[in-house]
Amino acid sequence: MANGDSVSGPILAADGRPLRQSLARALRLQKLRALMLIAPLLIFILVTFAAPIADMLFRSVENAIVPNTLPLTVAALEDWDDASGQPPGEKVFAALRQDLLAAVAAKAHTKLGSRLNYEQTGVASLLRKTGRRVKRMEEDGDLAAQFAKIHKSWADPETWATIKRFSSAYTSGYFLNAVDAKLGATGIEARPENERIYIFLFERTLLLSVVITVACLLIGYPVAFLLATLPMRTSNMLMILVLLPFWTSLLVRTSAWKVLLQQQGVINDTLVFIGLVADDGRLAMINNQTGTIIAMTHILLPFMILPLYSVMRTIPPSYMRAAKSLGATDWTAFWRVYFPQSVPGIGAGSILVFILAIGYYITPELVGGTSGTFISNRIAYHISSSLNWGLAAALGVILLVVVLVLYWLYDRIVGIDNVKLG
Amino acid sequence: MAALPPYASTGQKAWYWGFRLICVLVFFFLIFPLLVIVPLSFNPLPYFTFTPGMLALEADAYSMVNYNDFFTNIDWQNALYNSVRIAPVATILSVSLGTLAAIGLSQSHVPFRGAIMAVLISPMIVPLIISAAGMYFFYSRIGLQGTYVGVVLAHAALGIPFVIITVTATLVGFDRSLTRAAANLGANPVRTFFKVQAPLILPGVISGGLFAFITSFDEVVVVLFVGSAGQKTLPWQMFTGLREQISPTILAVATILVVISICLLTTVELLRRRSERLRGMSAQ
Repeated sequence: MANGDSVSGPILAADGRPLRQSLARALRLQKLRALMLIAPLLIFILVTFAAPIADMLFRSVENAIVPNTLPLTVAALEDWDDASGQPPGEKVFAALRQDLLAAVAAKAHTKLGSRLNYEQTGVASLLRKTGRRVKRMEEDGDLAAQFAKIHKSWADPETWATIKRFSSAYTSGYFLNAVDAKLGATGIEARPENERIYIFLFERTLLLSVVITVACLLIGYPVAFLLATLPMRTSNMLMILVLLPFWTSLLVRTSAWKVLLQQQGVINDTLVFIGLVADDGRLAMINNQTGTIIAMTHILLPFMILPLYSVMRTIPPSYMRAAKSLGATDWTAFWRVYFPQSVPGIGAGSILVFILAIGYYITPELVGGTSGTFISNRIAYHISSSLNWGLAAALGVILLVVVLVLYWLYDRIVGIDNVKLG
Repeated sequence: MAALPPYASTGQKAWYWGFRLICVLVFFFLIFPLLVIVPLSFNPLPYFTFTPGMLALEADAYSMVNYNDFFTNIDWQNALYNSVRIAPVATILSVSLGTLAAIGLSQSHVPFRGAIMAVLISPMIVPLIISAAGMYFFYSRIGLQGTYVGVVLAHAALGIPFVIITVTATLVGFDRSLTRAAANLGANPVRTFFKVQAPLILPGVISGGLFAFITSFDEVVVVLFVGSAGQKTLPWQMFTGLREQISPTILAVATILVVISICLLTTVELLRRRSERLRGMSAQ
C-alpha cells in the first residue's frame, strides 16, 4: 500500500477503481458485517439487561408520586416559606382538600402516605386518616382548623416542610436514606443513632468480603502452586476436585454446609465424638458470620484457584532452579523469584472473588442468620417485604458503582478478553 | 513441585510433606461437603447426621425414601418440570445469539470492540441481586414479570457472557486461511460457516452452551424476583425448603444435582481436550 503513492497514478483494482478506495470499501463492508453479527445480541442484552439496570437508576431518584398526587398543593406551597415556623395559609389547605378528594377517588393517597412515611414517620397514618374524613369536610368553613381537627399534624409546619421538600419529580431522598442521612430542615443531616443501619451494613459487607477473599487466597495459593508445578497428567486429575464444586449448584453447596455446620450436624457430632467439645457446648457455626465466611470461602475458592493457576502455569520452572543454583534458599527463591511473577494471578483472583462476594445473596440469606447478612439481603428485603423500591434501587446503585469500579480495575489488570473458564 | 531430590535436608523433607498435607486438606475441604450429602441422602430419619446404624453399615439404616418423595411429591415434580422447561430454551437463545456475536467480535476490524465486549460480559459481573432488582422493576413495567417468557429472557441474558467467553476463546486459535480457502473454492459465506467454521468451533459452542445451561438451571436469585409461583424452579424449591424447614428430600435432590454436575463437567473436559487436539494446541 505504501508503494501506491510512489508509482505514477493510483494503482487500480480489477474493476477499474483505485485500489485505495476499493480496499477502504472492503474494510467498511467487513466492519459492517461484523457489526451485523453482533447487533442481534447487543440489542437483546440492551433490552433484557441494560434497560432493567437503567430503570433501577431511574427509580432510585424518581419521586413523581408527590407532584402527581398533590399537584395543586405543590403549586400552592411555592409561596409558603418553610422557615417561617407557621403552617401555610387557607389557600394551601383548599388545594390540599381538592388534591386529596381526587387522590381518595383514585385510591392514591395511601401510596403517597407510604412514600412520605420514609421521610417522616407518621405521614402514612396521617394521610389514611385524613383520606377517610376529607369527604365530610365543609368546603366553606375554616379548612385549616378542620384539617387540624382530623389530625394535629396538619397544624405542624414540619409536616408541610416535608411535603415541600419532597415535592419535586426527582429526589436525592433515597440515596440519602441509603447512607443513613436525610434531608432535614437545614439541609442534609445524619439520621438519629438508632435509625442508622446502612453504613454499618455496607461496612460489614465489605469487611466480610475482604475476609472471604483473604481466606480464599490463603488456602487457594498453595493448591494453585501445587497444580501448576505437578506434571500435567496428575494436575489434570486433581483439577477435577477444583472444578467439581465449581460446577455444582450453589444451593447444593449451601445446603451441604447447612447440614454440616448445624448444632446437631456432622462436624459438631464428630467433635463431640472425639471429645474436643462437650455435648452441651456444641459450637454455633451457622446462622452467624462464621457460617457465612466458611460457606462462601468454599463456594468462591474455585474462582481464586483458576486464575492463579492459569498465571502460575506460565511461570517457567527454570527460574526457580536458576535462583537456587545461584545460592538462594528455597524460601528466597520462592519469595524473590516465583511470588512476584504470580502477583497478576493474585490480583485477578482476588478482584474476582471480591466482586462475587460483595453481591452475594443466597448463601448469606441461608446460613448468615442476622449477623452474617450482606447489603444484598437488605435490598431483597426492601423489594419483596417493605416494598420501598426507591430505597432498594438506591442501595443497588451504590453497590453497582462499587462493583463497576472493581470491574474496571479488573479489566485494567487482567483484560476482560482474558477471562478463562475451566 | 518437582520430586524431592535424594540430597534434601530434613527441613526440606518436612516442608515438602507438610505442603502436600496442606494441599490434601484443602482438596478435602473442597470436596467433602459434596461427598457427605450423598450417604446422608439415604438416611430415612429426618436427621442430617449419620445414625449409629448408618455408621455400622447396616443395610436397613439406608433407604430410598427421600428419593421416592422427590419423584412422587407434586411440588418437587412441578419444580423439576419448570426447570426443564426454562433452562433449555434460555440456553438455545443465548447460544445462538452468543455464537453469532462471538464470530462477529473475532473479526479483525470491529469498531468499539472493547465497549461492546464490556456490555456483553456485564451480566456476569453485575451482582445477581442487582440484575434481579432491575429486571423485577423493568419487567413489571412491560408486563413480563411473573411470566415464563420473562424468566427465559432473563436467564438467557445471564448465560450469554459464558457463551461469548468460551466461543471467542475457541476462535482465538482459529486459522483464518481455512475460511479463505473455502471461499476461494467457491463456497458462499453460509456454506463456509456450516462446513468449515462450525465443526471447528463446535466444542467451544457446546461447552458455552453447557455453561449457559447450568447457569439457568442453578439460578435462583433472578427467578425468585422475575418469576411467580408458576415458574417455581428446582433451585427455588430448594431455597424455600432450606429457608423454612429443611426437609431430607433436599439432600436427595442435591445428590441428583451433584451427579448431573459430574456428567456436565466430564463432557466439558472431554470437549476442551478434543478442541485443543483439533486445533493442534496440545495440552501444555
